[in-house]
Amino acid sequence: MTEKMANDIELQIMWNRLISVVEEQAQTLLRTAFSSMVREAGDLSAGVFDRQGRMLAQAVTGTPGHVNSMALSVKHFIDHFGLENMKPGDAYITNDPWLGTGHLNDFVVTTPCFYKGKLVGLFSCTSHLTDIGGIGFGPDATDVFMEGIYIPFLKLLDQGKVNETLMAMIRANTRLPIDTVGDVYSLAACNDIGCQRLIEMMKEFDLDDLDQLADHIINRSREAVLAEIAKLPKGSWSNTMVTDGYDEPIVLSATTTISENGIHVDYTGTSGTVRRGINVPLAYTTAYTAFGLGCVVAATVPNNAGSLEPLTVSAPENSILNAQKPAPVLLRHVIGQMLPDVIFGCLRQAIPDRVPAEGASCLWNLNVRGSVKGGEGGNYGFMMTVTSNGGTGARPQSDGLSATAYPSGVKGTPIEIAEQITPLIFWRKELRPDSGGAGRTRGGLGQIIEIESNIGEPFELLAGFDRVEYPARGCAGGQNGANGVVALASGKKLKGKGVQLVPPGERLVIMTPGGGGMGSPKERDREAVLRDLQDERITPETAKTVYGLETETVS
Amino acid sequence: MGLSSPELYLAVDIGGTFTDIVLDTGKERLTSKVLTTPSAPERAVVEGTAAILARANKTFADIRLFVHGTTLATNAVIERKGARTALITTEGFRDVLEIADEGRFDQYDIFIQKPQPLIPRRLRFTVPERLDVHGNVKLPLDEASVVRIAERLKAEKIEAVAITFIHSYVNPVHEVRAREILLEHCPGLSITLSSEVCPEAREYERTSTAVTNAYVQPLMAGYLGRLEREFRERGSTAPIHLMTSGGSLASLRTAVSFPVRLIESGPAGGAILAARIAAERGEDQILSFDMGGTTAKVCLIDNGQPFKARVFEVDRSSRFKKGSGFPLRIPVIEMVEIGAGGGSIARVDALKRIHVGPESASSEPGPACYGRGGTEPTVTDADVTLGKIDPARFAGGKIKVDVDKARAALDEKVGKPLGLDTQAAAYGVAEIVDENMSNAARVHAVERGAEVRARTMVAFGGAAPLHASRVAEKLSIKRVIIPAGAGVGSAIGFLDAPAAFELVRSLYMRLDRFDAATANALLEAMSQEATALAKEAAEDQPLREERRAFMRYAGQGHEIPIELPNRPLTEEDTIAIRQAFEAEYDRLFARHIPGAAIEIMSWVVLVSTRERRPEKLGPVSAKPAPAPSGKRTVFDALLGKAIEVPTYERDSLEPGTQISGPAIIVEDGTSTYVSTSFDATVDAGKALVLTAKNSEGRP
Repeated sequence: MTEKMANDIELQIMWNRLISVVEEQAQTLLRTAFSSMVREAGDLSAGVFDRQGRMLAQAVTGTPGHVNSMALSVKHFIDHFGLENMKPGDAYITNDPWLGTGHLNDFVVTTPCFYKGKLVGLFSCTSHLTDIGGIGFGPDATDVFMEGIYIPFLKLLDQGKVNETLMAMIRANTRLPIDTVGDVYSLAACNDIGCQRLIEMMKEFDLDDLDQLADHIINRSREAVLAEIAKLPKGSWSNTMVTDGYDEPIVLSATTTISENGIHVDYTGTSGTVRRGINVPLAYTTAYTAFGLGCVVAATVPNNAGSLEPLTVSAPENSILNAQKPAPVLLRHVIGQMLPDVIFGCLRQAIPDRVPAEGASCLWNLNVRGSVKGGEGGNYGFMMTVTSNGGTGARPQSDGLSATAYPSGVKGTPIEIAEQITPLIFWRKELRPDSGGAGRTRGGLGQIIEIESNIGEPFELLAGFDRVEYPARGCAGGQNGANGVVALASGKKLKGKGVQLVPPGERLVIMTPGGGGMGSPKERDREAVLRDLQDERITPETAKTVYGLETETVS
Repeated sequence: MGLSSPELYLAVDIGGTFTDIVLDTGKERLTSKVLTTPSAPERAVVEGTAAILARANKTFADIRLFVHGTTLATNAVIERKGARTALITTEGFRDVLEIADEGRFDQYDIFIQKPQPLIPRRLRFTVPERLDVHGNVKLPLDEASVVRIAERLKAEKIEAVAITFIHSYVNPVHEVRAREILLEHCPGLSITLSSEVCPEAREYERTSTAVTNAYVQPLMAGYLGRLEREFRERGSTAPIHLMTSGGSLASLRTAVSFPVRLIESGPAGGAILAARIAAERGEDQILSFDMGGTTAKVCLIDNGQPFKARVFEVDRSSRFKKGSGFPLRIPVIEMVEIGAGGGSIARVDALKRIHVGPESASSEPGPACYGRGGTEPTVTDADVTLGKIDPARFAGGKIKVDVDKARAALDEKVGKPLGLDTQAAAYGVAEIVDENMSNAARVHAVERGAEVRARTMVAFGGAAPLHASRVAEKLSIKRVIIPAGAGVGSAIGFLDAPAAFELVRSLYMRLDRFDAATANALLEAMSQEATALAKEAAEDQPLREERRAFMRYAGQGHEIPIELPNRPLTEEDTIAIRQAFEAEYDRLFARHIPGAAIEIMSWVVLVSTRERRPEKLGPVSAKPAPAPSGKRTVFDALLGKAIEVPTYERDSLEPGTQISGPAIIVEDGTSTYVSTSFDATVDAGKALVLTAKNSEGRP
């Protein structure tokens, strides 16, 4: 056996180890987090980077928007602070939407890791904090300064010493000081754990630096993605999708070009930046574009700088997908999470068997805010983001998934936990019949959620929903998924976006969108139709008129 | 015969293929393996027991205690062969089971299938009723609608029902009343209340646990009833105790109420066995390593106590992938299980990386070297190629091993794609599987804030002795114990399990506003209930009690367990409790949060018999190694080259024998590879003890 071969196997082993190091980093964040967005829903990311700021490994736990934008962020940290000025015990922080992960609620913390007196790599992590002051987690701001506390690149820890001035500023600029300060500690701790484990690994493998390992990981991953791309048909395909927008509909246009060198997505033709906070910084556009492409062409390749390299993105400056400071961007996910659907529309023309129909796609987070009785716990009232989802698009060989996050990687929030954190009562949270787009394969179902104040007080909904006006489209003869609905139980229709009050005694009714169907409903397996009918996923009416099930079978 | 008081201890473990039987006569332990009889599992148990009793010249009446573990409940879930089960839940929450956590267990795979719920939507019924988060009735139970559901249940021929109402963990009043009504209309219906089987917040986990319990209950009640009758008819008056996933024994009556607690009892038995083997040798920090044909399991044991967890996932639809199964909130011995066994298949991916498992060649067709048509290279094929397995002695000579077929499969599927020769390909496969297992152990330990390298490994299962040396090298473990004939390990473990019952109750309390009276009232009530249930399986052994609180910083979502003193608490205790919490937090997460408020979410009382601490083995006088029975050429991973290694017959080695590595110690069924970095001795209990060279080891 040659030296090179033994070396290759050893490098593979170290690579696996590095992935488990960052996984542990993420688990620490998950288990110590205060924000329910992190601890219940897993809205976080964690990764390790080399001295050039190249991402070597990311935790599988986490969500794509964070991961792939954080992948770019660490380079900015290095440029700002300079490797030569970094000291053991330091940790740096920012929530700059353009240098971090796309909006102010995401705090990014980066920690240099030292071994034998040398900086060998950096750990970075980010999580979504529930409240950072400002207008609150809704789309109503008209510039980024309204959206909350803005932290430039600062030292969070200076050689182990906490930046108390910064902590005091953070504490004074949030409605939830207890949670927010706790989460900042949690971010710093998870990087510390990652660094400890990396040092143990380097000791064990007798490494002085990560250089050779980094090159191996990045080269192998890039080659693997390029090899997958080589199998695809070459050419350019365009697609357009319209979404609700804030004041008026937004057009998302993409041209996807597959060549020997990679896949490029260009968003020329997309609507311009808008006045309200649904604009998207380019890093976040890139993150979800790369994720959508990755699902199709590189699902088994670990995510890192190498696997991301062949996937490139461009969007015109000042388009809604390349918003410039000071555009408001707080709810950038509403548009950003639509991008995989836009790209799939391009790829469907080239490889129809490998992409799903459109889904609900953007998270249907219930951002709720109000007062509590008794002023519990040092926070100002309550503020919670109850993560929830619609249905995913039908797949070529199987139905879409009901009430499931895609492309986001977050989880839903248990209502028994939501009712501990807020004085609200959930009267309903169940699947929404007939919401999945009909087809040979059916779109996933959305859900119906009903909420009321349990203390007879009004509460605010900071709505940031989409697919209320423009549903997820079916394809190849499949029907559209159901539109989303935001209303009061008494009948009043609410807006899909913006702060609105739910009076005491009223129930807020949310119906999340269904996924689009694929293929003609008449071609659907009859047993599957019957099962859907028995399970009341579709009504008898739909079974008859849409799927063409015989009347006697239906009764 | 049969006239004196009964003296025999019987342990039976029903697995998928074999039923293992151990009879402890006080003087010796007889063991046997019989084929499981899936249609009526009690048949194999009764017949196998009769046969082993005959060997000992005893009768059923001589059995003093029968301890029993079974995979029946697990298999019923995996194969979807449980009862026709319905769910009754709060109106508006019909789909808790299906909405689950709204997540995807694989971020990048757009084609995943989520696990099918055990109860289809048409059998999930809802009732108007609602409690709020404090347990206050917001909407009274609509009794008429429960009556209507009872009629539907009859029409649908439902055998079992789970009742799960929102916030029932705080106040079970509606669940209890609904059960009363159902039993009036459907006498004999098997009913599980979520507030009894899993009284904890988070509706999905609680529903999943209650539904699984209901789903397996008729089957388990039927089986256990028949088994008991068969034993009574044959003259046995012995109590029958069931092994639980938590590693303790429960009475038959408790097992019938909470059959979900029997899931995964077999591996728990293995952990108990490892604990006893360690205790006999005075070892208190253990890593148990069980490697069989398809999986490897790793468990940590401190001072005879395996690590415990409160949640477990059954029936992972995507093998071993976190999140692809159903969560069960039950006390469970915590272990990691990965798809790494002798039959695990190796392949090369697009990145030219070697992957091993989780797919397994299982016993049919088996590894390529079995010559039964398998063409995929497996771990066993790599072991054969590397020289670690003697082809003539594999599985006691019952399976003829074809080295050429092993080499050909490795060449074809690993060597060629990577440009490696056969030896290097085999090395790569073995090295990757050893790394996978080491990594699983390492990650598991760090997640629990435990150190691996100071531990002693107890290795058992068919493939473990071949891989233990290398895994120990990778984990910097200095000492490895390989017990004699651990083929029926789990069943032997059952005999050493304590009787116990663990209760968990949710009760929210801020530490800075500690209400000692409320806490003490709850703990006292739990203590009485757990003691009563533990007593049923404890006979007259003394009981002991442990109390813990699950605590976190106010506003966090995940709790850590902190020991409480076993006596009424006072407000002064909160100082020590806070200190204990902060110390544990530092240990787990590197950095505690100065001054932040702490809250208690739930309380645990564990009542158990003291586990029998076995007597320590005596010393043995050192004996030199006998002449080797042969020699083999083996590829040593640490040295990275092939070396000549002497072989010894394990049966012929007397206690005290010392053998310096490298060596291969052969027995029927498996071989122990002692690498160049270890020395082996045979101890008074006939276990092989491997000690790292250049280290003192530990006594």
